[in-house]
Amino acid sequence: MLKLEGINKIFNEATPDEKIALDNINLHLAPGDFVTIIGSNGAGKSTMMNMISGALTPDFGTVSIDGNDVTRLPEYKRSHYIGRVFQDPMAGTAPSMTIEENVAIAYSRNAKRRLRFGSNRERRDFFRTSLEKLHLNLENRLNAKVGMLSGGERQALSLLMATFTKPDILLLDEHTAALDPSRAELITNLTKQLVEEGNLTTLMVTHNMQQAIDLGNRLIMMDKGQIILSIDEDKKPSLTIPDLMNEFEKIRGEKMNSDRALLG
Amino acid sequence: MFAALFGSVEQGIIYAIMALGVYLTFRVLDFPDLTVDGSFVTGASTAAMMIALGYNPILATLMAIVAGFIAGCMTGLLHTKGKINPLLSGILMMIALYSINLRIMGLSAENAIVKPNIPLMNTDTIFSQFQSFWSNLGIDTALTNFIKNTLGFQTAPSTWGTILVVLIITLIIKFIADWFLKTEVGLAIRATGDNKRMIRSFSANTDSLIVLGLGISNALVAFSGALIAQYSKFADANMGIGMIVIGLASVIIGEAIFGTKTIFRTTIAVIAGAIIYRIIYAIALRIDWLDTSDMKLITAVIVILALVLPQFIDKRREKRRKLKRRAERLGEQNMAQGGNHLA
Repeated sequence: MLKLEGINKIFNEATPDEKIALDNINLHLAPGDFVTIIGSNGAGKSTMMNMISGALTPDFGTVSIDGNDVTRLPEYKRSHYIGRVFQDPMAGTAPSMTIEENVAIAYSRNAKRRLRFGSNRERRDFFRTSLEKLHLNLENRLNAKVGMLSGGERQALSLLMATFTKPDILLLDEHTAALDPSRAELITNLTKQLVEEGNLTTLMVTHNMQQAIDLGNRLIMMDKGQIILSIDEDKKPSLTIPDLMNEFEKIRGEKMNSDRALLG
Repeated sequence: MFAALFGSVEQGIIYAIMALGVYLTFRVLDFPDLTVDGSFVTGASTAAMMIALGYNPILATLMAIVAGFIAGCMTGLLHTKGKINPLLSGILMMIALYSINLRIMGLSAENAIVKPNIPLMNTDTIFSQFQSFWSNLGIDTALTNFIKNTLGFQTAPSTWGTILVVLIITLIIKFIADWFLKTEVGLAIRATGDNKRMIRSFSANTDSLIVLGLGISNALVAFSGALIAQYSKFADANMGIGMIVIGLASVIIGEAIFGTKTIFRTTIAVIAGAIIYRIIYAIALRIDWLDTSDMKLITAVIVILALVLPQFIDKRREKRRKLKRRAERLGEQNMAQGGNHLA
């Protein structure tokens, strides 16, 4: 479904700030795979997500989705296939527009946008039933401005909007990191539910090791722009946090130093 | 006085089309587009040039709209493809249009390359065409009699046809704008002004949406310019100076008075704002020690006040609330201390 081959990216090349962001990344996702990605700050997780979404293009290497090479496709064209939820709850929705209008924008992701009403009675019913899944009573507040919602509500809405049109690939970039624990749990459960329902091929970056272990069927660990560990479907269920710490030590010959990675 | 105000309302309704264009860029797209000063004149000069050459006024007005659309798209391309800052793209286009407008007006004369103005004194305009149809209906005489005899005013407007036709045009544009902003394309344009990152992740090309939005906005501005040229029977290279500030003043005044709860209401507010601005203008002109040329200064002051006053009022309110709470808290403490002394 998704294939990254030999992806390399260097920021600020040939300056003192030169930084190797991605170093020969190879990753292959089968349809329905749910891969969680962990790694300390600066490991290249977000850069990799941006490569897939098209916000950044690799120096060399190819990105292909469903067999099509999309390496040079601009972000807005690639987002036909890709749903995305950002870390910032404010990033995934338009605050001055209503819930209904936001959902309508998500709904017309796949089709060419035309001069017809973004929402009509039929669509509105569909929007309502979809919003009901969130259990946040948003279906009865269709005309509320999204800017009035709390961070958790906005993130839940972003998640629904991202998965609305059954994208080929769902990218979740630390989408629970900015929320308080109870809200984060709600979003985590919702993620599980929506991904399972749509059988979506998913990549999720997280700082929370427990979350990375609980969710998904595969796990990869990144460090210094490389994928240093890849846990397959058969080994993932028995994985624990100490396992991960040990693996990291074995590979890198140093202790994992990020408290944040442990505690989330 | 009644006749003077009546004229202001007529003009206000025409300027409202320009204000709707400004609303589309400033508020919806969040793009401070200064092209307006130029594209207003582009609309006026294109229409005036074609009318002077004997074309049908309606065709001339349509061409003015197209010219404005192209001018707006150019600003959009400067910004999106040329990566030039929004304000600067607008200023560059405005300056470029000044020369272009002189050239457009020059087309109306055989012996000149450029012309600073075109008078339309003895030519047909949209308004004169409508007037010839309207005066046959006899409604004007009836209304004039009503105003003079029943309401007791000394003077009555010479015709009601103009206000009717501009009102219909402006309302049609308002309803089209309301509808457009609710279509799939319109929603995407609004989201572009609201959160570019989000709308890109929903497969919308923000660059083309910005170009389209600026094109539509300046098409409206040029439309308004074309109508003003026909209303006042001349086009002039300098008639657009400060137009953007007038548009902004209309948007701000309207929004402050009528609110922005829904799009339907906001577009009404913008139209009403444009009319109110014209009335203020007319009243200011009647003050003895003010000169017509002071109007730009007054406009600037109106906009500054409209931008600054709300902040000031909010701050005052906040301060008063805090002082009140402090007084209450102090009162409680004094009560408690008083109690201790007694005990």
